[in-house]
Amino acid sequence: MHNSIIELKQINKIYGTAVKTQVLYDLNLDIKEGSFNSIIGQSGSGKSTLLNIVGTLDKPTSGEVFIDGRRTDQMKKNELADLRNRTMGFIFQFHYLLPEFTALENVLMPHRIIDERVSRETIDRANELMNLVGLEKVKNNLATNMSGGQQQRTAIARALMNNPKIILADEPTGNLDSDTTETIYNLLRDINEKFKTTFVVITHDRRIAEKADRIIEIKDGKIGMDI
Amino acid sequence: MKLPFRIALRFLKSSKGQTLLIALGIAIGVSVQIFIGSLIQGLQKSLVDTTIGNQPQITLKSGNEDKLITDYEDILGSITDNEPEVINLSVAADGPALINIDDDTYSILVRGFDIEEADSLYNIKESIVEGEVPESDYEVLIGIDLQTEAGIEIGDELDVLSSQGDNQTFTVTGIFNLGVASLNSSWTITTLETAQDMFGMEDSVSSINMQVTDVFAADAIAASIEERIDNEELVVENWKAQNEDLLSGLNGQSVSSLMIQVFVMISVLLGIASILAITVVQKSRQIGILKAMGIRDKTSSLIFLFQGLLLGVAGAILGVILGLGLAFVFTKFALNPDGTPVVPLFIDPIFIGASALIAVLASVIAALIPARKSSKLDPIEVIRNA
Repeated sequence: MHNSIIELKQINKIYGTAVKTQVLYDLNLDIKEGSFNSIIGQSGSGKSTLLNIVGTLDKPTSGEVFIDGRRTDQMKKNELADLRNRTMGFIFQFHYLLPEFTALENVLMPHRIIDERVSRETIDRANELMNLVGLEKVKNNLATNMSGGQQQRTAIARALMNNPKIILADEPTGNLDSDTTETIYNLLRDINEKFKTTFVVITHDRRIAEKADRIIEIKDGKIGMDI
Repeated sequence: MKLPFRIALRFLKSSKGQTLLIALGIAIGVSVQIFIGSLIQGLQKSLVDTTIGNQPQITLKSGNEDKLITDYEDILGSITDNEPEVINLSVAADGPALINIDDDTYSILVRGFDIEEADSLYNIKESIVEGEVPESDYEVLIGIDLQTEAGIEIGDELDVLSSQGDNQTFTVTGIFNLGVASLNSSWTITTLETAQDMFGMEDSVSSINMQVTDVFAADAIAASIEERIDNEELVVENWKAQNEDLLSGLNGQSVSSLMIQVFVMISVLLGIASILAITVVQKSRQIGILKAMGIRDKTSSLIFLFQGLLLGVAGAILGVILGLGLAFVFTKFALNPDGTPVVPLFIDPIFIGASALIAVLASVIAALIPARKSSKLDPIEVIRNA
């Protein structure tokens, strides 16, 4: 074993029943634990679908998915929900914070999902994460009362809350300005080094992609380039 | 359980206008239900009260030729000992008679009561409009209609001819008004002993009268009395058997009131269900992200059940307040010329509690549809359609 935390074997993904559109073709991919990977590719190339399959939000039409050594494509919905909660953190382009809750409450949410009791230590950890992403001052703001960059940093803190092994990010800086983008990527790299968290990040920005340990290019549903 | 509750509460708080609107919708349904229910119950109670409130609800009579009950003390004892629902038990010795005043003859019904006992049933003392209760034998109360018809005054002595052919003299001590013309023109109330003596009944009575705590149970109690006494010669009558028209009227009212309440509740239920169904669409982004973070389908559906519960509880509380307010306003402003309410409302805490509980249950049931939708929502739909 070469300690791969994510393993995809012969993944095919076909959308639609009447009109079939194949998005991924016999795709194989191994991601090493603790690595920082970026996925690039044109829009429609299938990179988001790939990420969603890794994140167990979507299921492959055929093929096998292993996360942390466990096969996920045949798991039941509740098992998947628990797996996502414990081993994965998601960062999306459109932040997806819960606007009804404050930043700190959003960060605590993944913990509350597994354990409704929130101890002093848990709150301390959430606060630490808010400090880590530099938001200690606005942590009690409602999600809607923060700038885009602040919201995205909150989403990062939230993704880290349960100390996941994997963080999946889909264009996390897609609608942020270039300075903020830089800050966010530096933050993700710091986290990767500090916590040895595995990162899979979709980006269209080659400059950003080049900072990753590994760049995977998806082209027409297959891996085009892998460095 | 705490997390979906927290999320439900926060969702409701974050869209206050919408929350208030749904709660108000439930509240109006509950208040209409409480108001109509209290109105109909009050109406029925006052109707029953005026019809049989001052009348015996169960009467024991003799089937003998002489129409007399001799061993009435035993029967009274057995009823008091065994029938806790029976109240205002009293006996009466009755007989027909004629009064001659000048050249006119008036036919009367002499009713001999133990006046203290009978008062609780017929409300005699309060019905006296002039004069006093008879204290000695051969003193009588006469009805207000007989008084005006025959021109009798208090203190007058009346020549009375009993059905047995005996002549007696009655002294009028007072005038009563029982509110029913036939009683006011024929009843002549005197002491038990007077009537027994006058009609030669010795120590017998002609009827045993009583009321019961729950008037609608009169038939059952009557049956139980009949069975216990087990005397072929005694006839047990109850008001329900004698007032079938009134009963079927009351039943019709109850059914129509129930129908109104059911349909009000259904329309409220549909309203809540449709608004909550919309909130699932509104909150699909949040549900999607919660599911991506690992919330289970069951928990996500609980969010909406809790929303239904919270809305139901808020709506029920608001509705009870509104309904009681409406009832209060009604009794204050819908008045008879004499200042009494047109319909006295009957406020029954059990009925109000039940209405509130039904509203809460209905809200939770209405929330089942959105809860199902929430449970079925696939996070990928939300993530992909960003």
